[in-house]
Amino acid sequence: MSERLAVNKTYKQFIGGAFERSESGRSYPVVGAGGELLAHAVQGSRKDVRDAVVAARSAQEVWAGRTAYNRGQILYRVAEVMESRRGEFAAEVARAGDGCDGSMAAAETAAAIDRWVWYAGWADKFATVLGGANPVAGPYFNLSVPEPVGVVGIVAPGEPPLLPLVSRLAPVIVSGNSAVVLASERCPLAAVTLAETLALSDVPAGVVNIVTGHRDELVPPLAGHAAVDSLDLTGCGAEQGADAARQAAATITRVVSASTAERQWFDEAAQSPYLIDAFCETKTVWHPKGR
Amino acid sequence: MPPAVDFSLDYAPAPESTAPVRLAAQYGLFVGGEMVEPASGRLAATTNPATGEKLAEVSVADAADVDRAVAAARSAWEGGWRDLPGAERAKYLYRVARLLQERAREFAVLETMDGGKPIRESRDLDIPLAAAHFFYYAGWADKLDYAFSGRRAAPVGVAAQIIPWNFPLLMAAWKLAPALACGNTVVLKPAPTTPLTALLLAEVLRDADVPAGVVNIITGGDATGAALVAHPGVDKVAFTGSTEVGRAIGAEVAATGKRLTLELGGKAANIVFEDAALDQVTEGIVNGIYFNGGQVCCAGARLLVQESVADAVVGKLRRRMDTLRVGDPLDKNTDIGAINSQAQLDRIAELVAAGVAEGAELYAPQCELPERGFFHPPVLFTNVSTAHRIAREEIFGPVLSVLTFRTATEAVAKANNTPYGLSAGIWTEKGSRLLWMADRMQAGVVWANTFNRFDPASPFGGYRESGHGREGGRAGLLPYVELVA
Repeated sequence: MSERLAVNKTYKQFIGGAFERSESGRSYPVVGAGGELLAHAVQGSRKDVRDAVVAARSAQEVWAGRTAYNRGQILYRVAEVMESRRGEFAAEVARAGDGCDGSMAAAETAAAIDRWVWYAGWADKFATVLGGANPVAGPYFNLSVPEPVGVVGIVAPGEPPLLPLVSRLAPVIVSGNSAVVLASERCPLAAVTLAETLALSDVPAGVVNIVTGHRDELVPPLAGHAAVDSLDLTGCGAEQGADAARQAAATITRVVSASTAERQWFDEAAQSPYLIDAFCETKTVWHPKGR
Repeated sequence: MPPAVDFSLDYAPAPESTAPVRLAAQYGLFVGGEMVEPASGRLAATTNPATGEKLAEVSVADAADVDRAVAAARSAWEGGWRDLPGAERAKYLYRVARLLQERAREFAVLETMDGGKPIRESRDLDIPLAAAHFFYYAGWADKLDYAFSGRRAAPVGVAAQIIPWNFPLLMAAWKLAPALACGNTVVLKPAPTTPLTALLLAEVLRDADVPAGVVNIITGGDATGAALVAHPGVDKVAFTGSTEVGRAIGAEVAATGKRLTLELGGKAANIVFEDAALDQVTEGIVNGIYFNGGQVCCAGARLLVQESVADAVVGKLRRRMDTLRVGDPLDKNTDIGAINSQAQLDRIAELVAAGVAEGAELYAPQCELPERGFFHPPVLFTNVSTAHRIAREEIFGPVLSVLTFRTATEAVAKANNTPYGLSAGIWTEKGSRLLWMADRMQAGVVWANTFNRFDPASPFGGYRESGHGREGGRAGLLPYVELVA
C-alpha cells in the first residue's frame, strides 16, 4: 500500500478575520533548520499593512467595549483551543527552529498556552492593580483607570517562533487594544497557525491582524502610520528599531521594546501587568462632591 | 374611535423543565474526595418550598464527621495544596468555572427547586455569577505577588465556611474561590434547607480533578456549624448569615487565634431625591426589595424618599407592584417565588403584623397565592416611623418600609440610624450629591442610581453589625492570606 500523499497547507496572512494572500500577489520561501522548504509564505506589502491597520482600527472600539470578564474568557478560550492543538503547534515550532528538538518545541508550546491563561486572568484585574482612587486635597471624587491606547503595531521577535509572539501579543490585546503583528520573517508559520486558533476562539475579526513578509519593507509603513497608537519594536534590529522610533516620533506614537529580562521568554520576567500598562493610557476622572 | 382593546392579557404558564436534574434519594458527606456515609447515621429531608415536597435526604454531620472533614482538609493542605504553584491552582479553578458554565441549566433548576427562588434569577444571576467568581479568582491564584506589593501572600490553612440559604451556590462560590486561589483548603457547610447545589458542586470538583480533601462539603444544621467553628484544626472561619449567629461565632472564635470574617444582616436605606428619574427609581426600588423575595442581606428594605416626591413615588410603586407575578418559582415569568421555609414565612408574617399593629399603613396587591408551599405577597408600608419594628429589624422578606426626609442631612441621619451597615442606594441626577451622600453612608456598598449589582471584581461586605471582611475583588483575597515579609 502506498503512503498517503500529504495535503499541504497554504499559509496566508490574517487581516480583518480573513485569511488572505497579499494584494501584491507575492510570496517568499520559508525554510526549516536544515534548509528544506517548509512553505511559501505571503510576502506582504505596504498596502497589506495599511489594510491591517484599518481592520484593527475598526475592530478596536468594539473589543474595548466588551466587558473585561468577556475578554478574559476569550483569552482563556485561546488557551483552550491551543491546548487541543498542542501537537500541531509543537511540530510547527520544531520544524522552524534552529536545533530545536521535539521536547523544546513542546515546552515552548506549553509555555505559550500558559501565558495566554496568565494574561486571561488579568483582564478584570489590571485596572484594580494599576488604577485607583487619588486622595486630592479638595471635595472631589478622583479616580484613575487604565484604558487601552488603541491600535498597537507589534514587530514580533524573530525566534523562537511562538512564545515571544504570544508574550508580546497577549498583554496588548487583553486591555482592549487591537494589534497589527509583523510575524517573524524567518519563521512566520507558527504565527499563521496561531491566527487560525484566534479565529476559532471568539476573538472578534480585526482584533489581531498578522502580516508576513520582509521586515525592511513592512516596518516603515507600520511605524509611520498615523492610526497606529503604540509600537512594540521588540523584533527590530538596532538600526531598524531606531529608524522606526524616529518615524513614530512624528505622530507622537509611543514606542515600547522588551528589556533584556523580558526577553528571557520562559521566565516569569517575560510576563507582567506593567506590560499591559505599557499599552494603556491613564484616564483620571474628577467629579465634585457636595449637596 | 379605535376599537377598545382588552388589556387584561395574562401570561400562559411557562414552566422550566426539571428534566436536567437527577436527584439521589440520599446524600452522604463529601469528605476526602468521596461521598461518605455520615458517622452520625442521621439524615434530614430537604424540601421544595414551593410545593412542600421532599426532594431528598441529606446527612446531618456530627462532631465525628466534622473531625473527619477537618482532618481531610488538613491533610490535603499539608499534603500538597499549599505548595502547589499558583498557576496550577488557577487551572483547577478555571476548570470548575467552565464546568459550572457547562452545567448551568441543571444547577439553576436545582437551585430553584431546593430554595424557591425564581428560575429567572437562578438562571440569569446566581449560577452565571458563581461561575464568574471561580473564573475571577482563578486569575488571582498566580498573581498574588501583584495583589499585595511588598509582602508575600501565604495561605492561612484550613478554612471553615458556613453559608446561608438565600444564594446557596453563589455563596459557596464566594467562599470557595478566593480560599482555594490563595492556597487554603476548605470545609464548607451549606444551609440545611438548601444543600443540594453544594452537593452537586462536589461532583463538579471531582470532575475537575481537584485533589481529594481540598474541598470538603458537610451538611447539617446549627449544631454541625457550631462543631465546625469550634474545631481546633480550623485556622479560619468565614460565615454568612444572621447577625445573631455571627455574634455567637465571634464569641466562640475570640482569643483562639482563628481568623474570622462575617457577612451578616442588613437594613439598607434606598434614598430617593426629588430630582431622580422616578421611573428608573421605581424599577430600582422594586429590584432592591423584591429581588429574591427580599431574602437578601443587602435588600433595600427602607425606602427614604424626599417629601416632595413621596406621593408620586409611592403611587408608581403601587402600580408596579400590581404587575409583579408571585408563584411557581420554576415558571420563567415569575417575579417573586417561594419563601425559603416555614420558619422564614412565619418571621415575615410576624413583622408584617407588627407593622400593622404599630400603625403603619399596609399595601399589598391582590394576587392569588399558590395553595401549597410558602408564599408571601409583596408588601409596602407607608406612615412608617423610625421607631417601628419594620423600620429597625431585618425582615428578610418582600416587605418595604417607606419613610420620608426633607434635606440631605436628614437623609444621612436616617439612613445611618441602624446598627447595620451593609449597603445603601442613592437616587439623584446630581452627581456631586451622589458622591457627597456616598461619603456619608455607613455602608460597605453604595449603589448610585442602581441597586443589587454584584460582580466578582467588586468587593462586598458590611460596616458595623453587618460584619467585617470583604468578598470579591482584590480585597476579597485578604481574609485568606497571611502577609509575610
